[in-house]
Amino acid sequence: MTGHDVYLLAPEIALAGLAGLVVLLDLITRRKGLVGGVALLGLAAPLVFSLVLWGEVNQDGALPGVFGTLVVDKFALFFKLVVLAVVAVVILGSADYVSRFQRYQGEFYALVLFSATGMTLLAATTELITIYISLELTSLPLAALAAFLRDERSTEAGLKFLLLSALSSALLLYGMVLVYGYAGSTQLGDIARAVAQGGMPFGSPAVLAGGVLMAAGFGFKIAMFPFQMWVPDVYEGAPTPVTAYLSVASKAAGFAVLLRVFYVALAEVSLDWSALFAVLSVLSMTVGNLVAMGQSNVKRLLAYSTIAHAGYILVGLAAIAARTPDGSSGLGPSGVLFYLGAYAATNLAAFFAIIALTSKTGSDEIEGLAGMGKRAPVVSAVLAFALVSLIGIPPTAGFMGKLYLFNAAVHADMVWLAIVGVLNSVASAYYYLRVVRVLYVSSNDSQERVSTSVQVRLALALSGLGVLFLGLFPGPLLLVTEAAVKVLLPAA
Amino acid sequence: MSLQNFMLLSAVLFSVGLYGVLTRRNAIAVLMSIELMFSAVNVAAVAFSRYATPSALRVDPATVAEGAVQQVLTGQVFALFIITVAAAEAALGLAIIIAVYRSRGTVDVTQVNLMKR
Repeated sequence: MTGHDVYLLAPEIALAGLAGLVVLLDLITRRKGLVGGVALLGLAAPLVFSLVLWGEVNQDGALPGVFGTLVVDKFALFFKLVVLAVVAVVILGSADYVSRFQRYQGEFYALVLFSATGMTLLAATTELITIYISLELTSLPLAALAAFLRDERSTEAGLKFLLLSALSSALLLYGMVLVYGYAGSTQLGDIARAVAQGGMPFGSPAVLAGGVLMAAGFGFKIAMFPFQMWVPDVYEGAPTPVTAYLSVASKAAGFAVLLRVFYVALAEVSLDWSALFAVLSVLSMTVGNLVAMGQSNVKRLLAYSTIAHAGYILVGLAAIAARTPDGSSGLGPSGVLFYLGAYAATNLAAFFAIIALTSKTGSDEIEGLAGMGKRAPVVSAVLAFALVSLIGIPPTAGFMGKLYLFNAAVHADMVWLAIVGVLNSVASAYYYLRVVRVLYVSSNDSQERVSTSVQVRLALALSGLGVLFLGLFPGPLLLVTEAAVKVLLPAA
Repeated sequence: MSLQNFMLLSAVLFSVGLYGVLTRRNAIAVLMSIELMFSAVNVAAVAFSRYATPSALRVDPATVAEGAVQQVLTGQVFALFIITVAAAEAALGLAIIIAVYRSRGTVDVTQVNLMKR
């Protein structure tokens, strides 16, 4: 470790240090609000480090370091910034909810921050061992968070998440070791060279098996079909802020590493896995949308919706061959990054609106939201807006995201995939709009207004405005995502 | 002993572990089966690091460049990291299993189905 390595890792070190600080502070203070405040304001440190690194990467290009295990480039920094934004909104929006954790509020924030450390690291890793360590650093705190309420449902969610996460890790590791055995190295760059020299389709049977096993392991993290069994139960049982965090940040980090591994290490055999991901994409969105239609619990509904959205985002991954009219490729991955940003804002808005609306009733059933349009007009409007964005209707971020993803599919000669995606979006309107109908049309005996705290209102405003902004002005973020995915593509 | 023997051992261990995960009802036994799968991966990693790295390296380690030795050790380092993380995973797993036992008095995974419909 040199001083330069420490500099490259500064955002992660700051995040982990902040987590430790939060736990210590929780020990010595009785004012629990202070702990959340420090956790939130402390995020400024990793944010500043990330921005400084962005400035340097902008001038000098990617910065590899730490024994070649990771590289700080725009792709990694994009995900660091997304994760930091998500963590900030999650901490802000949990302000009311954490009172249910009684004595353990500091630990809640610390676990969120430790998990975020893993996610920010994950996007920068270029070596299999480091990828595995970062992945576990991401998911172990999430399993603890899922079981945080320690009641029957929450512990059930934690157990299911942990066991299936460990199982997927085992599959992933077996895949990694097979690829390592073939290539003789765990560096993604070396693996790419070895696969290119292999000559055979997919390099060798070892790489084929390794690639499929790795896709399975990462597929678990992004809630892709057929590794989606854990999603509904964990989403329903986990504390709602944890569900919100899990649905956006964990998915973003999973896609980051999926893009890095498949675009960099297995670029030579891209046509083979492109077809694989196209099929999985269709299955994910269709299964997610069909099962979501029958749900009566709103958290479960959003769980199936997240499976469907994993399918939409996989369209961008499958569209590796997409080229823009000016000849540059990268439309697919850039669409993935944009959609992850848009989805983060949308889903956070939806989940925190649900937290605010269900805080009084304590039930997550859709029928419990009846008449909320009158009882909490602003929060209901945000929820309705977020659901419209999940369908993909303008002027929302979800519409722009889907537009770019399906556009990439068309440019990659996968028109059928774009058509399936659009049909699925139309079908999904049925169950999203059902929630909106309950909000505004159904009536409820109680007319009591539902009040929300300033912090939750702020979190809702930030994510809601994010959805609107990305829907009206997608340009700035698209410029960033297009610059970020350049590192994944072969130098022109 | 050839690489094939080790690969076979690894594949058998992995399959036995996977079978255990799918059939065992006790959550602790499921966790143990997953540990078995990790062990299978460790066997494969160490075997690869002994056999599959460039053959020249095995002749005389003293004459090879430093970077190459690092490459030979990668598989063994991989196994060490897997063992460490698996221990952390087991610790958290047992903690959650205790929490499950306290809230419902059983660790049978088929009984942990409150949300299944």
